[in-house]
Amino acid sequence: MLELIDVKKTFNPGTINAKKALCGVDLHLNPGDFVTIIGGNGAGKSTTLNAIAGVWKIDSGKIKIDGIDVSKLPEHKRAKYLGRVFQDPMTGTAATMEIQENLAIAARRGDHRTLRWGITAKERKEYRELLAMLDLGLEDRMTSKVGLLSGGQRQALTLLMATLKQPKILLLDEHTAALDPKTAAKVLEISDMLIAENNLTAMMVTHNMRDAIAHGNRLIMMNAGKVIFDVSGEEKKKLTVDDLIQKFSQNSGDMLSDRALLS
Amino acid sequence: MLNLLLSGVTQGLIWAILALGVYLSYRILDVADLTCEGCITLGASVAAMLIWKEVNPVLGVVIAFLAGCLAGIITGILQTKLKIPPILAGILTMISLYSINIHIMSLATGASGTANLSLLNFKNGTIFAPLSDLLGLNKTMTALILGIVIVVLIIAVMYWFFGTEIGSAIRATGTNEKMCRAQGINTDTTKIIGLALSNGLIATSGALLCQYQGYSDVNMGVGSIVIGLASIIIGEAIFMKAKNFAVKLSGIIVGSVLYRVVVTFVIASGMPSTDLKLMTAVIVIVALVLTSFAGKFKKKGAKTNA
Repeated sequence: MLELIDVKKTFNPGTINAKKALCGVDLHLNPGDFVTIIGGNGAGKSTTLNAIAGVWKIDSGKIKIDGIDVSKLPEHKRAKYLGRVFQDPMTGTAATMEIQENLAIAARRGDHRTLRWGITAKERKEYRELLAMLDLGLEDRMTSKVGLLSGGQRQALTLLMATLKQPKILLLDEHTAALDPKTAAKVLEISDMLIAENNLTAMMVTHNMRDAIAHGNRLIMMNAGKVIFDVSGEEKKKLTVDDLIQKFSQNSGDMLSDRALLS
Repeated sequence: MLNLLLSGVTQGLIWAILALGVYLSYRILDVADLTCEGCITLGASVAAMLIWKEVNPVLGVVIAFLAGCLAGIITGILQTKLKIPPILAGILTMISLYSINIHIMSLATGASGTANLSLLNFKNGTIFAPLSDLLGLNKTMTALILGIVIVVLIIAVMYWFFGTEIGSAIRATGTNEKMCRAQGINTDTTKIIGLALSNGLIATSGALLCQYQGYSDVNMGVGSIVIGLASIIIGEAIFMKAKNFAVKLSGIIVGSVLYRVVVTFVIASGMPSTDLKLMTAVIVIVALVLTSFAGKFKKKGAKTNA
């Protein structure tokens, strides 16, 4: 479903601030894979997701989604294949627009936008049912501006928007990091539900090792712009946080960042 | 007295079209687009030149609209494709338009460097003269009625357009570009469309203004963006609770008319018209400060209540 072949990216090349962010990432995802990605700060986790989403062009290598080479496509064209949820709850939604308007925009992801009315009565009915599924009471606030919602509600809405039109890959970039633990758990539960229900291929970056173990069928660890550890199936289920910490020190020869240890 | 009021209202309606254009860039796209200052003159110059060339004045307004759209597209391309910061992109187009407007007006006279065009000898070439004969009303009343019709029409079209898929995408672009790209919206395109329409409206306002006041002058646009902002801010202050988009837009019309009526009376009472721009700037500053203070008080109030 997703293929990364020797993907490389250096930021600010040729300057004193040059940073090799991705140093040859190879990754192959099967349809239905739900991969959690962990690693220290600057390991290249979010950078990998941004490379897939096309936030900028990669220096070399190839990115294929369902067999289609998207390496050269701009961000808004790749959006057709991708559902995305960001770390900052403000990023995924348009604050000054209504909940239903945000959903209507997401429902047209990858479509040619026309001068037809931006939201139909039929859609409103659908959105009400979908929002009710989230169990956050949003179905009664469809005409409220998204700016009035809490961070957790906005992330749940962004998740719904990302999956409204079935994406080939769902990219979750630390999407619970800015939330309190209780809300984070709820948003993770919604993520699991939507991924299972739509049978999605998904990638989730997280700093929380327990979440990384508990969710998905596959786990990869990144360090210094490379994938250094990749487990799936039964082997992944047996993993413990201690295993991961040990794996990390042994592979990178480096101590984990405080942030990764504390979460 | 009544004449003064009517004249103020009429001018307010024509300037309201500019204010709607400024609203599109300033509020919807969230960009202070200074193209406005050159664009109102562009509309006036194109309309005046075409009247000298004895082109139908209605067609003249349409061509002025298209010329304004083109100016907006250029600002849009500077901003998006060439990555020039929005304010600077607007200034660059504005300053280019200064020369271009003189060229356009020179086309009419045949003398290079024509900085203004009078329509004194072309009174029947404007929209207003034949219409006033047709309706049997004086020029101000005719302009008043025409102004209302045009403004209502523009609000209706804007209401429809910003409800469509493309219109929604433009609104979303002004709020959150990153989200737009993640949802497959080409934000370069939406910005260019938005700026084109904004400046098209502004040029339309210029074309009608020129036909109404009977001349076009290369400096007539100076400070026009501030007048547009003043209209928006006054309108928003009066229609603070408005949620419906059409009502919000109507508020801007009311703001523009109020502003122009006040200006008309202030000038009639003896203030030199050259002080007008200073007065307008002060109005905008006071209004901006008051609204930001009002916002702070509201937040404080909400906290105490909670």
